[in-house]
Amino acid sequence: MIARLVDGVPKRALILLGLLMAAMLVAPLLVDPYILSVLVIILYFAYTGQAWNVMMGFAGQLSLGHALYVGLGGYTAAALYVHFGIGPWAGVWVAIAISMAFGLGIGFLAFRFGIGGVYFALLTIAFAEFTRIGFDHFDWVNGSGGLFLPVEQYSVNDLPNLRGSPTMFYYILLALTAGAFLLCRWLLTGRIGYYWLAIREEPEAAQTLGINVFRYKMIAVAISAGMTALSGVFFAFYYNNLFPEQIFNISRSIELILGPIIGGVGSLFGPILGAFVLTVLAETVTEVMHALGYEIPGIKQVFYGICLLVVIIYLPHGIWPPLRKRLGLEQKP
Amino acid sequence: MPAELIANVALQGILTGLVYGLMALGLSVIFGVVRVVNFAHGEMMTIASYAAIVAFGAWNIDPLVAMVPIAVILFALGYVMQAVLINPFVNRPEHSQFILLAAVAIIMVNALLMVFGPDARSVLVDYSLDSVEIGPLLVDKVRVITAVLALAIAAGLFAFFRLTRTGRAIRACADNYLGALVVGLNVRRLYALTFGIGSACVGAAGAMMVLLIDTTPSIGPAFTLQAFVIVIVGGLGSMPGALLGGILIGLSEAMSGLFFAPSAKSMFAVALLILVLLFRPQGLLGRKA
Repeated sequence: MIARLVDGVPKRALILLGLLMAAMLVAPLLVDPYILSVLVIILYFAYTGQAWNVMMGFAGQLSLGHALYVGLGGYTAAALYVHFGIGPWAGVWVAIAISMAFGLGIGFLAFRFGIGGVYFALLTIAFAEFTRIGFDHFDWVNGSGGLFLPVEQYSVNDLPNLRGSPTMFYYILLALTAGAFLLCRWLLTGRIGYYWLAIREEPEAAQTLGINVFRYKMIAVAISAGMTALSGVFFAFYYNNLFPEQIFNISRSIELILGPIIGGVGSLFGPILGAFVLTVLAETVTEVMHALGYEIPGIKQVFYGICLLVVIIYLPHGIWPPLRKRLGLEQKP
Repeated sequence: MPAELIANVALQGILTGLVYGLMALGLSVIFGVVRVVNFAHGEMMTIASYAAIVAFGAWNIDPLVAMVPIAVILFALGYVMQAVLINPFVNRPEHSQFILLAAVAIIMVNALLMVFGPDARSVLVDYSLDSVEIGPLLVDKVRVITAVLALAIAAGLFAFFRLTRTGRAIRACADNYLGALVVGLNVRRLYALTFGIGSACVGAAGAMMVLLIDTTPSIGPAFTLQAFVIVIVGGLGSMPGALLGGILIGLSEAMSGLFFAPSAKSMFAVALLILVLLFRPQGLLGRKA
């Protein structure tokens, strides 16, 4: 199994990956709390982007409503914790199950009724919006007033209840991101990865070859939704508050797919690189604006938008594929 | 609940829905011809709304008059956007097109936020509070005027696409891209023209909208979504379908505001979208692809 993960990967790539992982492991010992908080955001987007990439990058199904799964995951685990005292390590399985069920439901409707392309993307937005407004009126989780997790000062990390310092959250997220990376590599190098490739590139041809297109699309949606639910659980316990208006918002769905698109849709390292580039860029702009004394709301996002525009026009496949070529890290066939 | 109240609210909803319809008509024309999802549609409408607010605030120009130059400006904006940004993306994958227009939308929303701040603005003209009696019903004058104007503009557009050479050429591009190229049509220019026309529609709708609702920079994305709901419910590329979709959405908003919570009003619109996507994906008045 290990052999399958590293098969065909240049030694240099493995070494660089190992160095990156080592740097990420020691980072909390070296950096100040601000940088640590930025690293947490980077890993959050890297992980969530990887989850979205399973659906879009691997199986070719464009979802513009992934905030739905973040929100469902977060709300499920948080509500179980707040109402019944069920800890996140148990709640996370319920969260994953519910997100998967929603994903499978949407996938079933869409794929059975033959909805693809732009229509599928709009359907995902529609379901996310529908759920957002539904949660606004869902009194059990306090509707639009928001759901809050109890916050206290913790002298020791309470890992079973996910209450603790940012460093603890950082390592959890690092493990998640590394795990997602390996899982995706494992999926891509297996039979299912080749099926997805066929479905993404030529769905009719894939069907003709006897691939059960419906089933493998459904599997992609289920994996992607389940992985994304974990982001939601993390979000809930890291930020300690959930508002339907925020977590299910369409701009959240867009925000979390920018990383993989900038980094390179369908590539394994693209979502990670994209999350790095975008977050560092955004933070730099904020800092520079702050230093210059401009406190105009919106200026950061305008800059953000311009950067996106430049990347999408000049690097149609994202940053990673050309960079990979430049570094000589391309996989041997 | 008295029947008269229900009828009154329904009529108001239908009238507002016609303005929604005009906005969505712009999207339908663009998507129907260029086949690119204009994810910045609501944001473009918000730009038009702010232009109307500025024109009224600075020179006291009635939004219904300012509508004409605003539509022209939006036409130019749309034309340039298509010619410079979108034409090179016509054959790129959908997610690339999406991110391009999402980036444009992000820039537009936040540029408006930078210039005008987050506060809601509206325009109060001297006939804002007047109402018109239609039989036993009493409706806002502005809603009647804007609805009639929206219908008139839609009719004009319909005539343009049916009766003029350029309109027919644009429809040819929509029906058969390759065929249009073969017979020597300048498809890129026609695409830019189409995007301009669609933008002019949304410009006119945006100018009218300031009389009906409060404008903030952040309503842009919500209206983008609404335009999509309307267009898909009515039938993509069908011009009467966009107006019908607008009326249905306006009606469902008004009714859900009356019978349920006003905050739940877009839930019914989205539910309608899901039902139409599943059971009649070509839309109520659309042709089967």
